[in-house]
Amino acid sequence: MHVDVFDQYHFTPSRVHDLDPRVKVLITVLFILSNALLPDGSWPAFALAWLLLLVANDQSGLGLGFTFKRSVVALPFTLVAVSAIFSPQGSPLAVWDLGFITLIPTDLGLIRFFSIVVRSWLSVQIAILLVATTQFPDLLHALEHLRLPRTLTTIIAFLFRYLFVLTNEVFRILRAREARSAGLPGVKGGGKLSWQIKTTGSMVGQLFLRSYERSDRIYQSMISRGYIGHIRTLNPHYMERQDWLYLFVFILFLVIIQFVGWVS
Amino acid sequence: MNFSPAPLHIPDGFLTIVVSAIFWLITIVMVGLAVSKTNRSLGEKQIPIMGVMAAFIFAAQMLNFPIAGGTSGHFLGGTLAAIVLGPWAGILVMTAVVGIQALLFQDGGLLVMGANIFNMGILTAVIGYGLYRLVIHQKKGIRLAVAGGGAWIATMAAALFASLELWLSGTTRLEIVLPAMLGVHALIGLGEALITVAALAYIEQTRPDLLNLDNSAREGGWGWIVSGVVISLLAVLISPLASGNPDGLEKIASDLGFLGSGLDAPFQILPDYSIPFLGDTAISTILAGAVGAIVLIGLVVLLGRNLHRQKSD
Repeated sequence: MHVDVFDQYHFTPSRVHDLDPRVKVLITVLFILSNALLPDGSWPAFALAWLLLLVANDQSGLGLGFTFKRSVVALPFTLVAVSAIFSPQGSPLAVWDLGFITLIPTDLGLIRFFSIVVRSWLSVQIAILLVATTQFPDLLHALEHLRLPRTLTTIIAFLFRYLFVLTNEVFRILRAREARSAGLPGVKGGGKLSWQIKTTGSMVGQLFLRSYERSDRIYQSMISRGYIGHIRTLNPHYMERQDWLYLFVFILFLVIIQFVGWVS
Repeated sequence: MNFSPAPLHIPDGFLTIVVSAIFWLITIVMVGLAVSKTNRSLGEKQIPIMGVMAAFIFAAQMLNFPIAGGTSGHFLGGTLAAIVLGPWAGILVMTAVVGIQALLFQDGGLLVMGANIFNMGILTAVIGYGLYRLVIHQKKGIRLAVAGGGAWIATMAAALFASLELWLSGTTRLEIVLPAMLGVHALIGLGEALITVAALAYIEQTRPDLLNLDNSAREGGWGWIVSGVVISLLAVLISPLASGNPDGLEKIASDLGFLGSGLDAPFQILPDYSIPFLGDTAISTILAGAVGAIVLIGLVVLLGRNLHRQKSD
């Protein structure tokens, strides 16, 4: 398996890619916060936020529809919010009698539901844009600058690095199982449920042992290469004038969006 | 690519700022404690190990296995991590896993990450490790059984808290989301429990030195046992109460100033429509929950014994 499967970074030369990662992290968090602050049903403000997102998409050189295409990951969860439609507040729009339960969709409930969906959809897109335009080590470095404990960022850095290695390990274990599971055509394979569980548990245990022993070897080789407890970078971050400008303009837009949302 | 979003990862937009902030606060305190504890008690060697272990949890989540009814067991791993690595390291590992799922795959939001880390990392570590610590010097069969029971309760508690957070944010109706979440996670938790037990049994058989019981016992004291037992009892008692009688919780929440204080329209759950298949009285539902838990623990004990016997053959 190749690294590309997990790495969501897409390189194209663009202004957004060149921005300081700290600015991008701040912008992302502020955008999500702004969406959460907007009152329900402030459609003009949501539309403005979407416009801002489209501009950011365009500036990143990845194409206007880039984040839209990948934003479906958030869709399944909207199922959870469906029950908000039947909020007893607001005036009823219809009565659906399903036999065992009577559902009454209301206007306020519908507004609430669509506001939640739009908020989540906008927030997911900016997060997609963040990881698509920032290399993961840079992202972690930015989080470290933003006062995330170094222990945690180092753990995440290792997690990211060994994700690919251990995923390969998983595929090797799965292949080994396949190779030992001969089947006859037309005969249902696999043992009883308890046997399957035991096999899966042994696979998890085996994966654990291989990971543990590998981490031991990794540590030894890191020590011999001068590891002192944290990872150093060759990519120092400096805030330039353009970074400040982008941050300022973006915050200005968010203030306008909030204003539109609360006034209308 | 087998990666599939689990229903426990709440995305952005589903929780209000107040609820997100409260859970961020709890999470920051717990993770901060975990960072300072691990920095003090463990050497720098522990950091690469925790990183690789976090990658292990992530990779192990790909090993699905089918349960009855077309669902597949999705391994979460919080309990296994806390038992094998110790509670504080377990919290850090799960924080890293939840963090990277949100950052890299948008599986779970950023603003609501505090709540997600709490549900899937902190609760599972406190419950899974706390209960296991209680029986750490007992026989292997009992330890495995309790580890399995802990994994199941931890999964249910995570589902319970996710439902409560969503409800406090006015995103869902409690009487709909709670039975649904708990129902789904009763099955998912079963898979979690069985895999945790089987994996622990395998590790005990092949590398018993890794489960250094004395070491692990020194690291987590009585505080873990007490909080583990108390939170599991709370979860076992609240779930049936809340699904049978959401109005009671509603009243508590509005007394505490949650509902109605936020920016969103407060929710009032009408008594007019209720779901008849839920229990009538709180007592009967609590009893049902307790009976279910006992049956489950019995099953897991049997399985643990069975695996144990196969080992010694």
